[in-house]
Amino acid sequence: MTTAQIIFLVVAAVTLGSAFMVVTTRNLIHAALWLVATLFGVAVMYALLDAGFLAVVQVVVYIGAIAILFIFAVMLTRKEMRDQGPQLNSGWWMSALLAVLTFGALVSMLWGWKDMEKVAMDMPVGFDSVSALGDALISPNAFVLPFEVASVLLLAALVGAVYVAFNPRHGDSRK
Amino acid sequence: MIPLSWYLIFAAGLFSLGLFGVLARRNAVAILLGVELMLNAVNINLAAFWRYGNITNMAGQVFAIIVFAVAAAEVAVGLALVISVYRRHNTVTADEIDMLKW
Repeated sequence: MTTAQIIFLVVAAVTLGSAFMVVTTRNLIHAALWLVATLFGVAVMYALLDAGFLAVVQVVVYIGAIAILFIFAVMLTRKEMRDQGPQLNSGWWMSALLAVLTFGALVSMLWGWKDMEKVAMDMPVGFDSVSALGDALISPNAFVLPFEVASVLLLAALVGAVYVAFNPRHGDSRK
Repeated sequence: MIPLSWYLIFAAGLFSLGLFGVLARRNAVAILLGVELMLNAVNINLAAFWRYGNITNMAGQVFAIIVFAVAAAEVAVGLALVISVYRRHNTVTADEIDMLKW
């Protein structure tokens, strides 16, 4: 067993464990912090896959922006569900069964696949994946159109989020 | 070296945990946390297939970047909806948000 495999197994165990805590813990602030741990584990996975840019973006965008946004949302809405009542709905065992079945189906589908034990090629000498990614994102022959559409999507989501969350007629109706 | 299957099985486990969170949690914010787990599992698959396939074809990483953007947009709009519902109805429990039913 090589060093990379040991690192992979440790990181995978920590990530799946914290993901389990995200979906089961009672206190939502703790769930958001466990999500941060999970996202760090996924960032390590990107680093193991030689996708350095994705690892950095994972830390900056997911942990720096999305997880913090979750913590804000929990703080703005928390008093309702913090300690009282069940955190899972009454049909949770069906959800658990469906999740286990999904996992089993995915694994059994992978089982007979010929590329299962495929090992990655070495990186070609002189190949810089970050500059290749940058070229691909702005090259007219590659992905410039999805890139621009994504920026329009972000703008639309920004305007929509501001409109939905800020409504002057109901803004202070909770006093 | 790590076989491709390890990444795929890990991503399948992460996806299933996220699916359980989406289906079983009662709090709307916790449901969005589950969606984030599922999106991350998909991103690991995309990066793994990029690394184990033709490495000069950057489509896998570009797809992962687009998924990042979609996830950011989804969280912004989703949490804005949750906060808006909380203001008007004072609840974030998914089974109590049934105004569209009748």
